[in-house]
Amino acid sequence: MKGQTGLKDYPLRRTMPDEITTPSGVSLQDISFEMLEKGEIKGEDIRISSETLLMQADIARQSGNDHLADNFSRAAEMVRIDNDRILEIYNALRPYRSTEDELLQIADELRSDYNADRTAAFVEEAAKVLKLRKKLRGDR
Amino acid sequence: MKETKRREYTKTKPVNLDVVTDDAPEAGFITACSPYDPKPSIRIEDGVVVEMDGKTREEFDSIDFFIADHGINKETCAKAMAMDDISLARMLVDINVPKEEITKLATGMTPAKLMWVVSKLNIVEIMMAQMKMRARRSTANQGHVTNMKDNPVLMAADAAEAALRGFAEEETTCVVGRYAPFNAIALLVGSQVGRPGVITQCSMEEAVELQLGMRGLTTYAETISVYGTEGVFTDGDDTPWSKAFLASAYASRGIKMRSSSGSGAELLMGDTEQKSLLYLEARCIWITKASGIQGTQNGAIDGLALSSSVKGGLRMVCAENLIASILGLEVAAGNDTWFTSSDMRRTAKFITAMLPGADFATSGYSTTPNDDNVFAGSNEDSNDYDDIYNIQRDYLVDSGLSPAGEEDVIRVRRRAAKAMQVLFRELGFAPIKDEEVEAATYAYNSADMPNRNAQDDMRCAELVMSEKITGADIALILKRNGFDQEAEAILELNRQRVSGDYLQTSAIFDREFNPLSAVNDVNDYKGPGTGYVLDDKRVSEISNLQNLISPEDVLTDAVNCSRTIRIKETAAAAAGRVKDEVVVCVSPSFGCSQKKTMGGVDHMDVLDEISAGLEEEGITARFVKCHESSDLGVIGSIGSALSGSGISIGIQSKGTTVIHQKDLSPLSNLELFSQGPQLTGELFRRIGRSAGKYAKGEVPTPIPSEVEPQTRRFLVKSAMLHGDDMRQVERGQRPMEFTYEEVE
Repeated sequence: MKGQTGLKDYPLRRTMPDEITTPSGVSLQDISFEMLEKGEIKGEDIRISSETLLMQADIARQSGNDHLADNFSRAAEMVRIDNDRILEIYNALRPYRSTEDELLQIADELRSDYNADRTAAFVEEAAKVLKLRKKLRGDR
Repeated sequence: MKETKRREYTKTKPVNLDVVTDDAPEAGFITACSPYDPKPSIRIEDGVVVEMDGKTREEFDSIDFFIADHGINKETCAKAMAMDDISLARMLVDINVPKEEITKLATGMTPAKLMWVVSKLNIVEIMMAQMKMRARRSTANQGHVTNMKDNPVLMAADAAEAALRGFAEEETTCVVGRYAPFNAIALLVGSQVGRPGVITQCSMEEAVELQLGMRGLTTYAETISVYGTEGVFTDGDDTPWSKAFLASAYASRGIKMRSSSGSGAELLMGDTEQKSLLYLEARCIWITKASGIQGTQNGAIDGLALSSSVKGGLRMVCAENLIASILGLEVAAGNDTWFTSSDMRRTAKFITAMLPGADFATSGYSTTPNDDNVFAGSNEDSNDYDDIYNIQRDYLVDSGLSPAGEEDVIRVRRRAAKAMQVLFRELGFAPIKDEEVEAATYAYNSADMPNRNAQDDMRCAELVMSEKITGADIALILKRNGFDQEAEAILELNRQRVSGDYLQTSAIFDREFNPLSAVNDVNDYKGPGTGYVLDDKRVSEISNLQNLISPEDVLTDAVNCSRTIRIKETAAAAAGRVKDEVVVCVSPSFGCSQKKTMGGVDHMDVLDEISAGLEEEGITARFVKCHESSDLGVIGSIGSALSGSGISIGIQSKGTTVIHQKDLSPLSNLELFSQGPQLTGELFRRIGRSAGKYAKGEVPTPIPSEVEPQTRRFLVKSAMLHGDDMRQVERGQRPMEFTYEEVE
């Protein structure tokens, strides 16, 4: 994509049907029953990409919502994490589930395996607060 | 103590089943600004919040840390926190202050500050502020679609009808959790039959809900509950970080999501830290905002019966919605929980969202009868549609619902049930019989549905998950079986998950799948004539009730009778010379353009009964048609002036009747029967008898009349019929004697 996405580009579905693609590279335009019939695309492939989420983050920021943009930026990293691992990390962040080390290991994994720096920092911060507030495994 | 009889009666009224309570701040029973609430405060050092609402960073709990580090806008907070509450409150209702400016300031305010500011507003000001501050310009509504049998055929039919009636979002849940995939599919398919572009969710345990979304069986999620105290948050088995992670997980799969909170939740779960209802809710809203979630369903929700029990409770519940709007969040405004036995109180509650308009006027209008509402009953249900339609029409306000014709309702219900039948057949699930399709089409509730084999259904529902069936698979099956519109719509919902446009704040789709959100449909209310103004098309949609009547309908009905009268005028009416007569004087349209009364008594019978009544007293009736006026007083006095006995009975076509006596002024009378619709054939006979007695110089006991306020419903027809009577008036035309007969 060239440059920053702007409010004028919204909705992307209408303004960029060729450029917006799934993570596997199929454009919006090409998602069709024909492709599904031929098995060229599967239901689970029809997903949003990191690039598109970052474009939506730009749009959110320009409409004055930095908080929403931050969420989309973390989500852009999480596109790369598979469903099961996402559920596991979610569970790890719940109260009394993880030790500090376990959370820090998740943060390392997020950085090294998924290039997910923002999400990693987020998990590290959780480790710090959950330790302070005694919400780690064994604290109960 | 001996009570008055009135009190004995009012005690039995439903409203007195409601439980109300005194404030008890130490126990958390107080709306806002409790003596135990912190004073608003903030201190920032080196870009870090080191004090917030009376606590130093060392004293922060996890919620404080989350709000301070991810929420508070450090650029605007110094200015916002320094402003006084009343000035900020006035900005909320000032049409000259842009809402964006307020939101920017508000993100610099702590939970306690937000509580104090909105607490300065009265309920009308809260509504005014809500009209200006809500995120999306267009209004919408969300419906609950559930049933106690988790019957997928009925659920699809109900989802279709709800979509037809205008709900932009539909939410289901299960009685038995294992049915969740079926329920999700029923909503997905049914909704697209009713109106392409409706989005759907299935409220389940967090992990299940996320999985359904990832499969494309749902298109949004809402049950991301957040709480205002750390203890309750922990009891809810989450931390602010786990919830915010979940929020990003949804976004990473292109799924719209909002959180859920509401005053009273902490009180219900027994840990308020002695804080007020609104203070705790302000913290919840801030957690949502700090997580980067686009919106919230709040407004007490499950705790409504609690929040409404304290003084100022419902005003405070509206203030919760307002705080969320101020922070720029989409608001699904509650009104989704049964809280009172009083129809007046529940209407008063809903109207605070209807009048100003809302992103979603409810976060769950029960689209089924409440006895099938698995969320334990809503504030409005399917039996209230006509009431809501009327209120929308009365005030020309839009709570997102549209009247629907019964033919269309039946058509979409049947088509949705058939789509499920085809889908189950193609997937090899337990078959749906034709009789189930038929039952679902016409059902009142799930009691009307034949029972299905629960074991078979649960096994098949589990197959949906184990075989990883996706929304796209369902679209493909529908496409192969002739459900083109629905198939296309479900595939388009999939494409929308790729573009992510509906992740933006307060997004819904129109039927062409254009997103309407705070990005491209931003609420721009700046006073009269701005913001969401209903266009002619929408006015006509919401006004087009199924039972509208016209003057033509009423006049057509007025000649539709079983005994049809024909009147033959004989001669100009002369003054009577015999004492034993009573003149029966009728209005211009009587027996002509109108042939029965509003009460449904044929004019044939009116005259027959009156004649018979007079005859019982040995008095003769003389019939006179009045042409010069349709006014009952004039008709009566013309009649009495002509009457040999000086007594007349004046009758308007619609049935209003008077007994008049010569020398009384037109507006005076002996007896007046003004409630025409109440007059029966028998009563006309009694009127005849009484008039006969007056003619003989007796003083009969007046015929008792009853006050029935409901006869006011005839006022519209009355005006139309009287209008016709007026049009038949011929000024200067003398009264004519007439005879009458029955025609075949």
